[in-house]
Amino acid sequence: MRRPSFPLWLVSGFLYVFMYAPIVVVIVFSFNVAKHGGPWTGFTTEWYQQLLRPAYSIASELKVVEYREHIKQLELRTLFNKISEILLQPRNDKWSAAINTGILAFASTILATALGTMLGYGLSRYWFPGKKLFSLLMYIPVVIPDIVMAVAMLSFYAMVRDWLGLFELGMTTMIIAHITFQIPFVAIVVRSRLAGMDPAIEEAAHDLGASSWQTFWHVTFPLMLPGVLAGAMLAFTLSLDDFVVSFFTTGPGATTLPILIYSSVKRGITPDINALSTLIVLASVIGTLGVTLLQRPAKPSGG
Amino acid sequence: MANRHQGEVRFGEQLSARGQLLRSALTSGPSILWVTVFLLLPLVGVGVISFLTRGEAGGYELPLTFGNYTRFAGWGFFGYDLLYPQIILRSIVLGAGTALLCMLAALPLAFFIAALPGRYKNLALTLVLIPFWTNLLIRTYAWQILLAPESWITRAVALVGLIEPGTPLYPSAFAIYIGMVCDYLPFIVLPLYSSVEKIDWSIAEAASDLGADGKRVFWHAILPQVMPGLVAGVILVLIPAMGQFVIPDLLGGAKTVMLGNAIQQQFGPSRDWPFGSAIAFLGMGVVLASLWFYARYAGEKGGEII
Repeated sequence: MRRPSFPLWLVSGFLYVFMYAPIVVVIVFSFNVAKHGGPWTGFTTEWYQQLLRPAYSIASELKVVEYREHIKQLELRTLFNKISEILLQPRNDKWSAAINTGILAFASTILATALGTMLGYGLSRYWFPGKKLFSLLMYIPVVIPDIVMAVAMLSFYAMVRDWLGLFELGMTTMIIAHITFQIPFVAIVVRSRLAGMDPAIEEAAHDLGASSWQTFWHVTFPLMLPGVLAGAMLAFTLSLDDFVVSFFTTGPGATTLPILIYSSVKRGITPDINALSTLIVLASVIGTLGVTLLQRPAKPSGG
Repeated sequence: MANRHQGEVRFGEQLSARGQLLRSALTSGPSILWVTVFLLLPLVGVGVISFLTRGEAGGYELPLTFGNYTRFAGWGFFGYDLLYPQIILRSIVLGAGTALLCMLAALPLAFFIAALPGRYKNLALTLVLIPFWTNLLIRTYAWQILLAPESWITRAVALVGLIEPGTPLYPSAFAIYIGMVCDYLPFIVLPLYSSVEKIDWSIAEAASDLGADGKRVFWHAILPQVMPGLVAGVILVLIPAMGQFVIPDLLGGAKTVMLGNAIQQQFGPSRDWPFGSAIAFLGMGVVLASLWFYARYAGEKGGEII
């Protein structure tokens, strides 16, 4: 194929500028002096200092914990409690939103990866009556609009709360909701990994006398592990990025970063929100580059 | 059907129908139960609530009614009103318009990336992946800054004379389209690019050797080859775009309410869950019906989407 022509360069260049303009403007305006947003008035790093202040105080508090003493006396539980108390102590709204986002993403990803992997494996290996219908139904969370899923969950939680007194809206309901939409994504990735595997490998294991469990644990699982990790990473990112489902299934006291950004932006864009967004953008850039580098197949240079 | 799976040797082991069922229950069972309880039943619940009446203090109660659907079709409290039919039409136009604009932008971009030499190709692809993985909310609200009255873009547009100086470009339908295309462009570039990479260029060469001009080569020898990626990309854009509520909420005004905003309005401030459920249930019906239609007719020829 030919090299790109000049008009193609021009159009594509413009499209890249178009895609990156919002990201760049958020970064630039995070250094703006004007406290209530608006036009550019001058350069400052004040907003980043404010954001990172809790990190400084956490670092200084963590420094004074007597790790050696605790470990020597085998008081690991006390040590763990002390550290988690320092980390989870409420400091400001942005810091607690970040902590909540992290708890939500980790808890939902761990459970959804386990459930989704089992589903992906089960659907690709075993038969049951109604399997075709159920494997289609499992993909509904992938294809329906977020908002429909969100209001369905909201009305379900409200109904259960009225009848049984369970599911007060908050972190738990949000984690359950995230797991529900993460499961099919993990299952899709795991299934496509299993579909690309040579069945002869497992047949050989059985022929050589391995039991079903041994075959799974020593042959199948190590081969499907990259798919499981890729699914987990996808689930983690989906959870971090989600706004709509969290917005409808959360309660007072469990604000996440996207919800915080949304409600702040509704009141007006301020440089401290831009600074927070910049840090989030930075994290996604690092994440994307990291995954791209990890996925790159090892091959000799120049190829 | 059941007999076909009994006694068959798969992956080196032979399982009875009961064995298959047991293993399914142990592996797929928990997830199926989870998704059924926490999503499928609630979706059925939304369907049921959509036929109920709004309670005094919000909530819902008997009697059963079709009122929510007739209201959605336009027969409101104050005679026939086009408000909701307009919202449906606007959402469909917005979804289709976004998909079309994204398609027009993605075609040159995908061919551009595919034509780059190896190292730059990876860089160009990564540059599409970064916005893809960056929070949509952040990329959307940034357009409020870019389209504000004092921004360079707005001043340039005013200088050309398209708008009065000092007026903002948002909130407007224009701002919604800008935000939509910007946010969803990576969703269509990625599947389209993977189709472009697989193009058999000898077909295009053969076409031009046989006397076809550039236009005909593109329409008849190249475009059919990238159709699977293009269709997958359009679906990836169309579905979320029709149900979007954040982008119209942040970049549009009261005149640009979409289906997503209408649902949010009814479940939020208006506290009319039955009516909100009717909108959500219809929206879901449209999406599932169009996907079924795609799988049935287009999917046989094109690749799989899920």
